[in-house]
Amino acid sequence: MPNSNDEPGTRETGRVELAVVGAGPAGLAAAVTAADHGLDVVLLDAAAAPGGQYYRSPAEGLGATRPGALHHDWPTFTELSARLAAHRDTGTIRHLTGHQVWTVERTGDGDWILHAVTGADEEVRTAVRARRMLLATGAHERQLPFPGWTLPGVVGAAGAQAMLKSGLVLLGSRIVVAGSGPLLQAVALSLTRAGARVPALVEAAGYGAYARAPRVLAANPGKAAEGARFAAELAGARVRVLSHRAVTEVHGDERVEAVTVSRVDRRWRPVPGTGRRIACDALAVGHGLMPQLDLAVAAGCGTRPGPDGTHAVTLDEQLRTTVPGVWAAGESGGIGGVELALCEGELAALSVVREIRGGVRGREARRAVALRRSRRRLRAFADLMGAVHRPGPGWREWLTDGTEVCRCEEVGAGRIRTACEELGAGDTRTVKLLTRAGMGWCQGRTCGFAVRELAAAHGGGQEPGGPDRRPLACPVKLSTLADLSGPG
Amino acid sequence: MLTRRPLDVVIVGAGMVGAACAYYTSRSGLSVAVVDRGPVAGGTTGTGEGNLLVSDKVPGPELELALLSASLWRQLSEELPKGIEYELKGGVVVAASENSLAALTATADAQRAAGVEAYHVTSDRLRDIEPHLAPDLSGGCHYPQDAQVQPALAAAELLSAATRAGALVRPGEEVAGILRDGKGAVRGVRTARGELHAPVVVNAAGTWGGDLAALAGVNLPVLPRRGFVLVTEPLPRLIRHKVYAAEYVADVSSGSAALQTSPVVEGTPAGPVLIGASRERVGFDRTLSVAVISRLAAGAAALFPALADVRVMRAYHGFRPYLPDHLPAIGPDPRVPGLFHACGHEGAGIGLAPATGLLIADAIRGERPALDLGPFAPDRFDATCHVT
Ligand SMILES: Cc1cc2nc3c(=O)[nH]c(=O)nc-3n(C[C@H](O)[C@H](O)[C@H](O)COP(=O)(O)OP(=O)(O)OC[C@H]3O[C@@H](n4cnc5c(N)ncnc54)[C@H](O)[C@@H]3O)c2cc1C
Ligand SMILES: Cc1cc2nc3c(=O)[nH]c(=O)nc-3n(C[C@H](O)[C@H](O)[C@H](O)COP(=O)(O)OP(=O)(O)OC[C@H]3O[C@@H](n4cnc5c(N)ncnc54)[C@H](O)[C@@H]3O)c2cc1C
Repeated sequence: MPNSNDEPGTRETGRVELAVVGAGPAGLAAAVTAADHGLDVVLLDAAAAPGGQYYRSPAEGLGATRPGALHHDWPTFTELSARLAAHRDTGTIRHLTGHQVWTVERTGDGDWILHAVTGADEEVRTAVRARRMLLATGAHERQLPFPGWTLPGVVGAAGAQAMLKSGLVLLGSRIVVAGSGPLLQAVALSLTRAGARVPALVEAAGYGAYARAPRVLAANPGKAAEGARFAAELAGARVRVLSHRAVTEVHGDERVEAVTVSRVDRRWRPVPGTGRRIACDALAVGHGLMPQLDLAVAAGCGTRPGPDGTHAVTLDEQLRTTVPGVWAAGESGGIGGVELALCEGELAALSVVREIRGGVRGREARRAVALRRSRRRLRAFADLMGAVHRPGPGWREWLTDGTEVCRCEEVGAGRIRTACEELGAGDTRTVKLLTRAGMGWCQGRTCGFAVRELAAAHGGGQEPGGPDRRPLACPVKLSTLADLSGPG
Repeated sequence: MLTRRPLDVVIVGAGMVGAACAYYTSRSGLSVAVVDRGPVAGGTTGTGEGNLLVSDKVPGPELELALLSASLWRQLSEELPKGIEYELKGGVVVAASENSLAALTATADAQRAAGVEAYHVTSDRLRDIEPHLAPDLSGGCHYPQDAQVQPALAAAELLSAATRAGALVRPGEEVAGILRDGKGAVRGVRTARGELHAPVVVNAAGTWGGDLAALAGVNLPVLPRRGFVLVTEPLPRLIRHKVYAAEYVADVSSGSAALQTSPVVEGTPAGPVLIGASRERVGFDRTLSVAVISRLAAGAAALFPALADVRVMRAYHGFRPYLPDHLPAIGPDPRVPGLFHACGHEGAGIGLAPATGLLIADAIRGERPALDLGPFAPDRFDATCHVT
């Protein structure tokens, strides 16, 4: 058994050559590639099963028989899973499922210690010591606030998809899908396949914007074909696609009863008088994904702003971060989709192997060259996608002073503006200190992007700051922390 | 275009201390500008806690400053919006052994003689005033004058009040040079955006006060002393006072660079419990130290066993502005006419800010300050230190 956690307490592993955090497409590809080349690897993931966001399997016992139905490339995952299982059997990979890494630290001799908690009540602590570390921690959904977004029945688009893939019940029978980004198409289709009626897919950007980069499109014919396929399938499922439109208000007392959809201009400003009501009992809304950077920032890795308005880990061609001994792959280094995540995972592992062995043999070297070429091509497309769907500054006009921006601490847009205009805040950190926005349970993961944009708009040209620092990647019990200082 | 009066004072630093200086100088009728390279409260003020303590200070100049500040904070709490979260909650210092209780009692006696209110609490009464304390403590001391504010809000509100009194606040503007006239006297500052002319410059640059002093060619050995704080999930009011272990006072006054941790625990109006306090001189190292935060956690759980199952939501750190004798630099610099210092308050800058601001305003106006500035003289390190 790779991970039977029968007794509480601390477990320490012996030092391994590589620790991989995240068993999504990127981390999975990285771990098996590294193990194929003989490295001993520990693979940690908070989830109970490998696969990450994309290859999410139904929880056991829910009776789902065809998880592949929601994925067009399930065989890739089946193949990776089989390799993982083989390496687990031989002991080359120790796969620690259900392990949330709460922080990483560097020892005096340059090793990394990854501190994780696990168990039903997080009562077991694990510390993994590794020579090198590869972060493939993926992304979470980007949310923008608007009047009514806190009403029951409004859910994240990615969250809705995740619920479906895990085999859970539908959140409604008539669901509007809204926001921006290619994910929305996948979500709308999955919902209709699961039996829901999707009266509209509301996209704030316009798909025509992709045509502005014909070279990138030509290099990625698969992406264009995928877009055409989505369009055809959506039409077949009687989903109306409304682009240059946004949900600017949600109606209902106890839960969602309808939404107002308005036309927005190129800068995402609502055009007055264009609002139309669409009846629905749920709204799945999302504005793309944001890289999960907590561990990378804690490790000291540099980050850079991307064309989609999010921060991502700075990487070189070898997928090395700015900190020696730390690599990153997949969405940690910028949102880009599953194909890119798989490509980067493998490439990063080859780069680690190269560094340990002082070079790689002919076949691997050729493979690395091909992967690097794919990566450049896919990243170019990802950058285009990011720029097309980057929220326009006019989204702020959806807000009223009373619209909650930080749900955990119930901070409205008006208070954020006052903090900027009257108290001198101009960056997310000061807004947080002066209003408590981002200080609650989610630690600003939900409102962080919105607060940054509001601070930039009202802060009189101050620098809104880099990515948030969260030295603890998740909440940890005081007793868990206290035990670390015990004897031994 | 608004034509402004010529400036009397430029204050460098919009932290708690710079804000207090701005408040008292502008309200005394001086024309003031505050410049900061970052946002308001973006330095140590935004990374500390907001305890306004007299309990942790032994008789001497710092305690006098703290007592003056305590009464000024009470006034400010009436003048500023309630949002600064001022709370006269009182402090409770607890001793885990008979030895530390004896030391605590001796300190409290001396403090009482210097004007501090301090009441001995026997071990059987401790849980009456603080119900969740561990049962096996030897005793403690209650200090009703200890209070708390939310530092960033307090600084922002002081600056906002200063603005209403005519002060100009300029965030996002770094001071790159101090302008001097032919005789060496200060005549303003040079920033990335231009020059600001004034016959007086106040160094309220906190932990970076040494760098600012160097711009004027003088030595002031301010060093960073790092501290971590843990923040728990919001809880119903579990902890009523600021509670800390008697050893804390010794740690505060230690001159060693090595790590000291002694548990300091307090609730906040918003619900989360804050757990401090570590002290170590490791430069500006921003990486999380698991060893330090686990010691903080262990200390807090020992004082309050009920906290063991509570979740820590986040950890943050800050760099206290440390001067080797643990006293701030407050007052005119005899080496550079027109240069005033108001920095180096280490772990007490929030508490000591109002008195500092008042003393600086008096000193600039040439009035007799309420306290003797001698112990805070900015040039007091010149005998032992040299500019490098
Ligand atoms: C609803 C939805 C639909 C999508 N549809 C498509 C699609 O049709 N086509 C496409 O190309 N892409 C799609 N994507 C994007 C795709 O899911 C991602 O590109 C891909 O999953 C990225 O892989 P990754 O390995 O970088 O990250 P992820 O798959 O997000 O994996 C990250 C893993 O890291 C783990 N992790 C993170 N932090 C920690 C920690 N501190 N401790 C332990 N473990 C941690 C997580 O548990 C997770 O398993 C979709 C995404 C979503 C959310
Ligand atoms: C963990 C921790 C806990 C603490 N707890 C408490 C407590 O409970 N009670 C208490 O009283 N104190 C506490 N303190 C100490 C307190 O936070 C500091 O003493 C106080 O914030 C110092 O304020 P300041 O205004 O001097 O400095 P800062 O707040 O650091 O302000 C200095 C400002 O100067 C600016 N600056 C520097 N150089 C330049 C330049 N060249 N040009 C323009 N601007 C410049 C900086 O950007 C900064 O904003 C704590 C500190 C820490 C780290």
